[in-house]
Amino acid sequence: MAKGVKPRVKVPKTAAAGDTITIKTLISHKMESGQRKDDDGNVIPRSIINRFTCDFNGENVIDVVLEPAISTNPYLEFEAVVPEAGEFVFTWYDDDGSVYDTSKKIAIE
Amino acid sequence: MKKLTGVMLASALVATPLIAEPVDDTLILNEDVTLVTRTAAPAHVADVMDEVISGWHFRGTETRAMQADDFDNPGMIFVEQAEDVWNTAEGSEGKSCASCHGASEEMAGVRPVYPKYNEAAGEVRTLEMQINDCRENRMGAEKWKYTGGDMVNMTALIASVSRGMPVNVAIDGPAQSTWEAGKDLYYTRTGQLELACASCHEQNYGNMIRADHLSQGHINGFPTYRLKNTKLNAVHARFKGCVRDTRAETFKPGSPEFVALELYVASRGNGLHVEGPSVRN
Repeated sequence: MAKGVKPRVKVPKTAAAGDTITIKTLISHKMESGQRKDDDGNVIPRSIINRFTCDFNGENVIDVVLEPAISTNPYLEFEAVVPEAGEFVFTWYDDDGSVYDTSKKIAIE
Repeated sequence: MKKLTGVMLASALVATPLIAEPVDDTLILNEDVTLVTRTAAPAHVADVMDEVISGWHFRGTETRAMQADDFDNPGMIFVEQAEDVWNTAEGSEGKSCASCHGASEEMAGVRPVYPKYNEAAGEVRTLEMQINDCRENRMGAEKWKYTGGDMVNMTALIASVSRGMPVNVAIDGPAQSTWEAGKDLYYTRTGQLELACASCHEQNYGNMIRADHLSQGHINGFPTYRLKNTKLNAVHARFKGCVRDTRAETFKPGSPEFVALELYVASRGNGLHVEGPSVRN
């Protein structure tokens, strides 16, 4: 598991049914591209978050493939329609097989 | 008609004044706490300005918005890193910051009064000096570099828990001689360009310096996350940059000169709320 990985998510606590809300996510991760070399000239192996998904009550909201050109601490912002109260589940997939997840509940006003 | 619009547009551009006054806006942190970003000048600067204005008002709309939300403020990532360090024991005594001080929130109220005269040491001390004193004498750990990453992160954590509290450094009593030394420096022109701090930040705030917008130079928002170097910047690193820009040999971060200057500059912003870590360009 890569060091210092910490997912952060911002979701409004409440919304009206049918509202479109903005979700912000950021995960601290070094996103080593695999293109760089160390002081001895050896390639530093690639280590990135390669996939991010968000699900709401079991239904997929967004599924993103991340590539090596994406910079450190990838920040993703997207919108989602909230039909009912429930829970957003966010998942990040690391190259090394680690999976990081976090979730946020949202209530209907 | 097309031509006419062109002429009107051209005249509109010419009419745009070159001075860019501080923006009229209110800083509400996390849609919750309203911070004081402009207030009446403290008595000791009342003869040169009526109002003290945070650097926040001199920045663009996007930059201001970024600071208003902890999620969007990139400086908060470093605050979180410092929080981990706060709770990690280090050094020969096996102590962490938390061993003595408790939770980092307990440090609320510390940032606003620093730099502060230390009775036992008989000198004015900055927050950085106090942190290194703790590390060396209480934790038995190695001192941090004065403007290094670990240090600036820790000062950001300590500042962040005091956001919404007014800067209130003491300038009388035993601190007075240091304060006066700082005041001398503030008004001393340095370098080939012969600029004093006051040349820009007192006489020309609100005006442009090349492509940038001059603020009053308060340090209530330090450490500052700068978009230009994507990291937190310490006060003394900023002082050094300013003095360098006057084309002078600079004082060293942590030097008695910069400590005195920090006390003086902080005192000019007495009454403004602590904003650190702020976001600037």
